[in-house]
Amino acid sequence: MTLAMTGTVELEPSQPSNARAKWKHMDTVLDRSGPFTDPDFRPGETPKESLARAKVLVIGAGGLGCEMLKDLASSGFRDIHVIDMDTIDVSNLNRQFLFRQEDVGKFKAEVAAQRVEKRSGSGVKITPYCGKIQDKDEDYYKQFAMIICGLDSIEARRWINATLVGMVDEEDPDSLKPLIDGGTEGFKGQARVIFPTMTSCIECQLDMHAPRAAVPLCTLATIPRQPQHCIEWAHIIAWEEERKGDILDTDDPEHITWLYQKALKRAEQFNISGVTYSMTQGVVKNIIPAIASTNAIVAAACCNEAFKIITSCNPCLGLPGTDNYMMYTGDESVYTYTFEHQKKPDCPVCGNLSRPLQVNQDSTLGEFLDSLTERPEAQLKKPTIRTEAKSLYYQSPPSLEEQTRHNLSKKLSELVENGEEVAIQDPAFPTTFKYKLVFQK
Amino acid sequence: MENEIPPALQGPTAKEKKYDRQLRLWGAHGQMALEESHILLINSGPGVVGLETLKNLVLPGIGNFTIQDSAVVTQADLGVNFFLEDKHMGQFRAEHTCNLLKELNPDVEGHFITEPVELFLNKPNALKPYTLVLVTAPIRPELLSQLSSHANATNTPLFYIHSVGFYSHFAINLPLAFPVVDTHPSPESTTDLRLLNPWPELVQYAAEKTKDLESMNNEDHGHVPYVCLLLYYLGQWRKDHDGRVPQDYKEKTAFRNLVSDAARTNTPEGSEENYDEAVAAVLKSLNPAEPSSAVKEIFKAPECQRIDEQSPSFWIIARAISNFYDKHTALPLPGSVPDMKARSADYVQLQNVYKTKARKDIAEVLEDVRRIEEEVGKKTKVDEKEVETFCKNAAHVKLIRGRPFHVVQAGQSIKWGDRAKSLAQMLTFPGSLLPLYIAFLAYDEFTATPNKDSLGSASQIPGAADARLDVENVISVSRKIIDDLINEAGTFIEDPEYSEVLSTTADFVKELVRAGGAELHNISALTGGLVSQEVIKVITEQYIPVDNTCVFDGIRSKSEVIRV
Repeated sequence: MTLAMTGTVELEPSQPSNARAKWKHMDTVLDRSGPFTDPDFRPGETPKESLARAKVLVIGAGGLGCEMLKDLASSGFRDIHVIDMDTIDVSNLNRQFLFRQEDVGKFKAEVAAQRVEKRSGSGVKITPYCGKIQDKDEDYYKQFAMIICGLDSIEARRWINATLVGMVDEEDPDSLKPLIDGGTEGFKGQARVIFPTMTSCIECQLDMHAPRAAVPLCTLATIPRQPQHCIEWAHIIAWEEERKGDILDTDDPEHITWLYQKALKRAEQFNISGVTYSMTQGVVKNIIPAIASTNAIVAAACCNEAFKIITSCNPCLGLPGTDNYMMYTGDESVYTYTFEHQKKPDCPVCGNLSRPLQVNQDSTLGEFLDSLTERPEAQLKKPTIRTEAKSLYYQSPPSLEEQTRHNLSKKLSELVENGEEVAIQDPAFPTTFKYKLVFQK
Repeated sequence: MENEIPPALQGPTAKEKKYDRQLRLWGAHGQMALEESHILLINSGPGVVGLETLKNLVLPGIGNFTIQDSAVVTQADLGVNFFLEDKHMGQFRAEHTCNLLKELNPDVEGHFITEPVELFLNKPNALKPYTLVLVTAPIRPELLSQLSSHANATNTPLFYIHSVGFYSHFAINLPLAFPVVDTHPSPESTTDLRLLNPWPELVQYAAEKTKDLESMNNEDHGHVPYVCLLLYYLGQWRKDHDGRVPQDYKEKTAFRNLVSDAARTNTPEGSEENYDEAVAAVLKSLNPAEPSSAVKEIFKAPECQRIDEQSPSFWIIARAISNFYDKHTALPLPGSVPDMKARSADYVQLQNVYKTKARKDIAEVLEDVRRIEEEVGKKTKVDEKEVETFCKNAAHVKLIRGRPFHVVQAGQSIKWGDRAKSLAQMLTFPGSLLPLYIAFLAYDEFTATPNKDSLGSASQIPGAADARLDVENVISVSRKIIDDLINEAGTFIEDPEYSEVLSTTADFVKELVRAGGAELHNISALTGGLVSQEVIKVITEQYIPVDNTCVFDGIRSKSEVIRV
């Protein structure tokens, strides 16, 4: 199948042949058919022009994003946009290879765009935007041929996923934007390709990235056993008690030192060993180990798919009925598992059916809403919930919050029927999640 | 205690800040090993994959790198190679790629050599300064053989790398014995509680904590560590089963129900967290502490059997631990305890019971190490820390038997040796990428074969000029390699499997030839990521490296590791 691609720009579509000398390697592949290329593939000018015209967006200019910008610019893409709201930190330098010591404090998107543009010479344009993805609307995302994500936040992924799913208009093939997503953690990572509404989306795959279970508050408060418990206590309880009003800045060494010393003292009290400054930082900032090699692998796997999608010079991942997900593990030898993640008919974002949620009918609405943060299939922090007939709880505006607050202490069985559908909204996502509450007993 | 001065600010150093995200993986030890390394890249061919590899090594801070590359920058380099700029046209590629790589990390020293590889390798001791060598294809077979001989004579790890179109391959030649102690197994797999053969101190601790278990108040009952609960109910089970512990899955399930039924439900939550933990731990904790076959193989290795004054410390410790196992039918206790619902003091006490036993085991192994050293007249003593680390990881140590990779010589058959049988079998596995490896071998043989029509010895790259003509030649080479493999294995593959193997391989060949020796940046970047990761594992002697060949298919986005 072929996909219509939008995102054309005013660049001279095919350059004079001497300028193509630069692309001799790539052109060798684009000028020939291979044993796996689609019979409709026409080698030569067509794929080269598609590449030259494609306007693509990279979300994130961090570990993956830096690699992706290099990979795309070195693969013939010429109109690349990049969004990132972050500034450069010294701990980025071990892998975010477009940044130098003297760049610390500057915006990532800006520095990354400059470096790649300069290195790639004329003909490659990189447009940075230093801000949030949520600042942009559908019109903005509509201009791109595809979106390539190198993010470290699940929330941002879910936002862009819901936005792209919401943009699909069956009458208009241009409204369908392929989403390529990479993620890494230490020696592990994944690359996946999503054709919104056609194939399994980020929300369908949400339970593959379950949040880490939080330590119960009573453990922190009364029976700590691990150095991490002492650090969390300092972070959540001691700071609140002793430095109320100070806003904790996890990048401020004074703040981290204070937490570290508090945690150390508590650990000594309970004979617990192992609290270190580095561990304090790790727990408080939720640091995930990151290295250049894994980023290189995952980013290149993503951009390889982007290249295949745009040029059609070989089959890509992600089309309905084919593999769409590559899982990578590199700590024990090298292992990849590439498979088709199935679209879920009850996906709250791209499905038509509401997803069943097992609930205890005796728990209160408040308890249920709290549990949504941790449930792997939901992971919602500020849910607003209603049934078809009534509003159960609204986070805002304040007047509605006040009106619905009394429901929080009511049992679920008093508020909904077994199997009743509820709609949940969360300010972090531009969508309504549909669930069906199923009583456990 | 009140007026004690709080500890001085032990904030991280500048280096710790820069390398924070990787130190959390390989620690200060691994970082030091990286900083002491000097890596040589012999950058033949288009040269992208070699530089993409080095990039991921310069960033985490290897000590030194050297690029040997006699090529001069051409137009074709500029599009695909990120470490060159337009202004470098016509100048030495080694010099400019080296300079741009050095920009990535001021702590790394970079050097370059522009003389041709033949001349460079002919100098005496040319390879002496390097701790690890990377070489990218295409390179003439006699030079590759020379590098391979050096690797085997000096135990210097050697990597041989291809990146062609949508496919890549790399092979690692490691020393004959490459042991890894710090393999970083997943935390779940390292829990070793010894519930089936507890030592007296653990038995006593558990008995204390479960005294009057049935009559405890709910608060106490809900805080008994699950280790104690399991030991308590195992005691009950033994009474009813002639002193035996649960043997098979069925009995373990029955035992699990016994524990589950004993949980109290008259609590505010309607259950007890410590009982939930106990129930969840039954299937994985009630297994005899049998060492893995990999560990047993280390015990049986000739290096472990014959210790002399030259033996590296790994083998001396392995021998002592093997003796320990013979005596106790258990490996030294790792000594760590997973987190579990418990009161702080009880948990810390439990940790101490395990730690004390672990220390006792280490002391016993250490004593044996000293005895062995004495016996064989070893002059330098094994470091105590090393014994401690080995004991903690004893169940997960790994020995890789490095071996030379195939160096394809024009017109000569490839020898598969003791791997022939299992590889011939693997040929027919659906989805196997062994045919891709064979396609690379055929590619190399074609490249190594002197071209009758051209003068000189310049290698010819399949598909560089006439793809259609070359495809047929490379396919027939690949077919011969397959037939030789099947013959050497002394086996026979019948049709339709045989024809399928041939056509699968032919497709890989066609796609390789299509590229005409071109590198695609994404495939080279991805492969550079894989190779650099393996280099880091080899240098730090942490995690488990590829044994010994890896191929990647960028069309299906799949990799496979093959031992050849």
